[in-house]
Amino acid sequence: MKSRLLLSDVLRDGSLGLRARRLRASLSALGIAIGVAAIVGVLGISASSQADLLAQLDRLGTNLLTVAPGQHLGGGQAYLPQTAPGMIRRVGPVLRVSATGVVPGVNVFKTDKVPQYQTGGISVRATDLDLPGTLGASVAHGVFLNTATARYPAVVLGASVAQYLGITDVRDPIEILIGGRWFAVVGILAPIALAPELDRSVFVGYPAAEQYLGFDGEFTSVYLRTDPAQVTDVLAVLARTASPAHPEEVAVSRPSDALAARAAAQAAYSTLFVGLGAVALLVGGVGIANVMFVSVLERRSEIGLRRALGATRGHVGIQFLAESALLSLLGGAVGVAIGAGVTIAYASTHHWTVVVPPVAVWGGLASALVLGVVAGLYPALRAARLAPVVALRTV
Amino acid sequence: MSTVLELREVGKRYPGQPPVDALRSVSLRIEAGELLAIVGQSGSGKSTLLHVMGTLERPTSGEARIDGVEVSSMSDRQLSGLRAWRLGFVFQQFFLLDGLPVLDNVANGLLYRALPARERRGRAARALERIGLGHRLGHLPNQLSGGERQRVAIARAIVGEPAVVLADEPTGNLDTASGAAIVALLRQLNEEGTTIAVITHNQEIATSLPRQVELRDGMIVRDTVGS
Repeated sequence: MKSRLLLSDVLRDGSLGLRARRLRASLSALGIAIGVAAIVGVLGISASSQADLLAQLDRLGTNLLTVAPGQHLGGGQAYLPQTAPGMIRRVGPVLRVSATGVVPGVNVFKTDKVPQYQTGGISVRATDLDLPGTLGASVAHGVFLNTATARYPAVVLGASVAQYLGITDVRDPIEILIGGRWFAVVGILAPIALAPELDRSVFVGYPAAEQYLGFDGEFTSVYLRTDPAQVTDVLAVLARTASPAHPEEVAVSRPSDALAARAAAQAAYSTLFVGLGAVALLVGGVGIANVMFVSVLERRSEIGLRRALGATRGHVGIQFLAESALLSLLGGAVGVAIGAGVTIAYASTHHWTVVVPPVAVWGGLASALVLGVVAGLYPALRAARLAPVVALRTV
Repeated sequence: MSTVLELREVGKRYPGQPPVDALRSVSLRIEAGELLAIVGQSGSGKSTLLHVMGTLERPTSGEARIDGVEVSSMSDRQLSGLRAWRLGFVFQQFFLLDGLPVLDNVANGLLYRALPARERRGRAARALERIGLGHRLGHLPNQLSGGERQRVAIARAIVGEPAVVLADEPTGNLDTASGAAIVALLRQLNEEGTTIAVITHNQEIATSLPRQVELRDGMIVRDTVGS
């Protein structure tokens, strides 16, 4: 003659109270839903964006390195030796090398009507012809320089420069003023993700730069691609190869590190929003505890009846606990759906691949469940402790 | 005949200033198959008596036996088991769960025996047939009249075939005709073998039952069996 309750009946009875008061149940689950939606949405969006950055990294390659002159030990700008590109090319795992040099003291204007002080921060670079190949840059309009145009006053624009000057294509012949001389625009580059400084530059061939702009053959940056498996090995010897006499005056960098850092920073940034979501979740939990208290008060006669039907204190407690947990879990499930929906919407407007991390889904549901149990604990205890006679005396 | 329920010099004192003696040395024996009325005015202690008989409340003195077993030393869990298996309750306010169809409300009478839901429903359907509500299985309580609701509650009390059914003012919320129908139903169930104790303040109903126990100021002043 033991009083026993089947688990299936615990769940059925737990949902009974919710089904009887649908509006109240859905309103109190809303808090949890918002909290979980915020968490899942933030994690999903940041994961999608991160996946996009990593895909971009994959596409651009992590084997691009740059070599630039650093600082003299005593201060002041150092110089790369003229031999640097050739020396670097001789390192085994180096696949391609491209060198550019900023032509100092030369300004770029679209017309001669522009005041001389409005330089727009555009730098003029003398370049070899392999630059787009080394950087993986594509030409958006027109063509890059070739052996012929490299000797003449011809210029290729970086993407930002073209935008700044308002030049959208090269179908009609256009000339711009560089260092007081007209240069014909032959091409416009697409944005270069790994070397954004080049977007703000215009490119002329070495011979033209020497002949028309007084370029002295001083390289200010060398770009190189290495065997992807030996990037770190090359990094280690690069400074000494470029400037055997003063390796400490050479700045070596790996531009893909910046993208990787952005991906990492995004993860850190999203922690803040996940924290906000957690606060919303907590408030939702308080709401559920509140509703459960009211429910226990309202349903005293039901508690008394159940005790008369043979429920133990534990059975009454577990019923209210199950109700609270179900309510919260319901909110959690709705929240996951909303969060995933927001992620899908946001990611597809940015043309990212949609990534909803499983840990966000399970974590959202689990935290809702735990919160529901915690919120329902005290109300359930109150219900269980109610003496049967006291419970029946109401109405 | 076997004794299903026995009270020996049961007292119930509620603490307070001054303390209230709801029951004073009440002795009562109910045999299997009996139908008795416990009658008294409000404040006479009859509700307390029902609660003590139903193990919903513990007496402060004396002993209570159900099926010959002393219950005052039982734990709350054991008492719950006793209520689930050996006792049936009918209340003045019916206490049906509003969101649940009639069939499930009756099946809840077996909820705490951990029987499979299908078996509970089957037995509930048979109990409702017996009560004459076989056509109302799928209705919700608020679609029924008061008299019908009380019959559903009675079906819930008898579905587990308890040793004794304790009915607390079962006609208190009903009009005269419905009340009379409920009393007739209780008689019918008693004839079919159910032991029933009805608590009422209504003398007319009390005198219509085979045995009357009259309570006044927490004491039995009259018992037509005279135990």
